[in-house]
Amino acid sequence: MNNDPKNDPKSTDRPSDLKPSRLTPGDILRVGAVGLVARRARVVLSALGIAIGIATMVAVVGLSESSRADLMARLDRLGTNLLTAEADDDGTGRPVKLPKNAVAMVERIGPVRHATATADVDARVRRSALVPEERTAGVTTQAARLDLLSALGGEVAKGGWLTEAGERLPTTVLGAVAADRLGITRTGETIMMNDVRVVVVGILEPIELVPTLDRVALVGFPAAERYFGFDGHPTTVFERSTDASVEDVRAVLARSINPGSQAGIKVSRPSDALAAKAATDEGLTTLMLGLGAVALLVGGVGVANTMVISVLERRQEIGLRRSLGATRGAIRLQFLTESLLLSGLGGVTGALLGATATYGFARAQGWTTVVPPWALAGGLAATLLIGVLAGLYPAIRASRLHPTVALHAA
Amino acid sequence: MTRLPVIELRDATKAYPGGVHALRGVNLTVAEGELLAVVGPSGSGKSTMLNVMGTLDRPTSGTVKVAGYDVSELSDARLSALRARHIGFVFQHFHLAAGRDAVDNVADGLLYAGVPLKERRARARQALAGVRLDHRFAHTPNELSGGEKQRVAIARALVGEPRLLLADEPTGALDTASGEIVMELLHELNASGTTVCVITHDHAIADSLPRRVRFKDGEIVSDSRSTPLTGDARR
Ligand SMILES: Nc1ncnc2c1ncn2[C@@H]1O[C@H](COP(=O)(O)OP(=O)(O)OP(=O)(O)O)[C@@H](O)[C@H]1O
Ligand SMILES: [Mg+2]
Repeated sequence: MNNDPKNDPKSTDRPSDLKPSRLTPGDILRVGAVGLVARRARVVLSALGIAIGIATMVAVVGLSESSRADLMARLDRLGTNLLTAEADDDGTGRPVKLPKNAVAMVERIGPVRHATATADVDARVRRSALVPEERTAGVTTQAARLDLLSALGGEVAKGGWLTEAGERLPTTVLGAVAADRLGITRTGETIMMNDVRVVVVGILEPIELVPTLDRVALVGFPAAERYFGFDGHPTTVFERSTDASVEDVRAVLARSINPGSQAGIKVSRPSDALAAKAATDEGLTTLMLGLGAVALLVGGVGVANTMVISVLERRQEIGLRRSLGATRGAIRLQFLTESLLLSGLGGVTGALLGATATYGFARAQGWTTVVPPWALAGGLAATLLIGVLAGLYPAIRASRLHPTVALHAA
Repeated sequence: MTRLPVIELRDATKAYPGGVHALRGVNLTVAEGELLAVVGPSGSGKSTMLNVMGTLDRPTSGTVKVAGYDVSELSDARLSALRARHIGFVFQHFHLAAGRDAVDNVADGLLYAGVPLKERRARARQALAGVRLDHRFAHTPNELSGGEKQRVAIARALVGEPRLLLADEPTGALDTASGEIVMELLHELNASGTTVCVITHDHAIADSLPRRVRFKDGEIVSDSRSTPLTGDARR
């Protein structure tokens, strides 16, 4: 519409023609950014509060999700269908012995697909004959069946596992921690078990499901009987069943091993320990989220403060804009947009920082990075909410400034 | 010659809280195309009247008509639209946005009239050329002299081609030479048809304008016209 105002005012201009024009979204953003561009240092500082809050929350959620995802992946890989039955005491303090044929009895339980065992062996481990007998380096001896490694999903780091021939000879495979404590880095070295010189034929990777095995020197059952006076009774029976029947097997395991006195047998599920770790982390996650929320709140107060000051400082600009034809609504929108941009800037920076921190930390831990989209969306939503809350009051104040008063002071 | 009134004040009064009567029954009609000076001692109500004429303020009583609209009948939003389309302001202290160049400052004069950005900037350049600042497009206010700043402010006021231009001591912060350029521009603008109303303390400036309205204690004490000059002689 070409309205040359100088032509015929009375016939063309009715009050109904005086509809205020709406600003385009682009103009709204541009006008909202004017105040930010002019005060960069202040903008950075007040956006920083929001950024720290959002970064904390995103990183906390990201790290806990990454660690949980990693745990789930590990559980998936290791399986949750492993149960152990361990000889305990019978309640009066007397140690219980599992029967020699415990493994065979467990294998007889229907859903059990695989059973194996270890046994405590009374053989003191020393690095060499020169070390006095009392100093055992914190490594104990256990007898292991040949199928133990595959049942636990363990891996050999160096050398090999016990063999058909090796399980009868004075040879040992060391757990990762045991090798470390004894200072063994290569296979072929010898250690002393009681007075027997034993050759290290292999060193294991850490066994995630049963970390106690990391601290032992494993020998074959036959060798244990032959060299260390071992009586052949297993101490711990391991079994894997189908996933669906784990609870059923758990219910009958002790009874199957020792129909007479199941009291002294402790049944447990090693994967539960890993799963419990995820639960303990949750408390910490909640605490950190709370801290992030406090930071966010402080950031929001910072933004509100900045906006109040901004309105006070820019009374003349507000008066000028009113004289140029800005409606109260346009002024309100300008300051609300400014507040939203300010907190949005903090939010986006914070989300990037949080995601980067998650990525860096997860990589260092060897996890795959998981930054859940809902955390980012939640952070953004929180940011926008803070922007509105922090900006509303200053924006309303700005819009209520009387144009002449605003223009007054020079 | 009967020209349409652009401003009509009828018994306009303005009382501020605290018992200050800044306007005490002002009657004034300004016709389309007039160029008038408003003079009077400090505190006599000149700025108050200019704000009322510019719809930045409402009178306490009396009627005010601007561009044919009765101000009392218009909502705040419609008054804003009236200012956006029909009224330009020039202030003693320029009120330019620091950190934004001349073109952007002038283009803001069209922001609230619903003109798209590209057109705003194009028309801003034209307006700056009109005040002979086409070599200062990219300069920010603190890279401009006082006179240049006021010319930018004038360009911002006229970029929307307002029917009415209200200037409150536009030369008050300027040296004589800069003040002369500013007045020259206002004369040119008036010659092209815009109604211009200038508050001034400068007698030489007031005497050079065709109509002078004198204020004292919130009242008009004299309203004199020079013999009309021809358009040529005015330059
Ligand atoms: N917002 C206000 N609140 C109260 N009193 C005011 C306000 N604005 C102006 N006044 C008073 O109204 C009177 C007229 O003021 P106005 O600004 O119109 O004077 P002026 O003629 O423009 O003076 P000057 O030449 O010094 O600019 C003065 O006494 C002033 O103190
Ligand atoms: Mg004044």
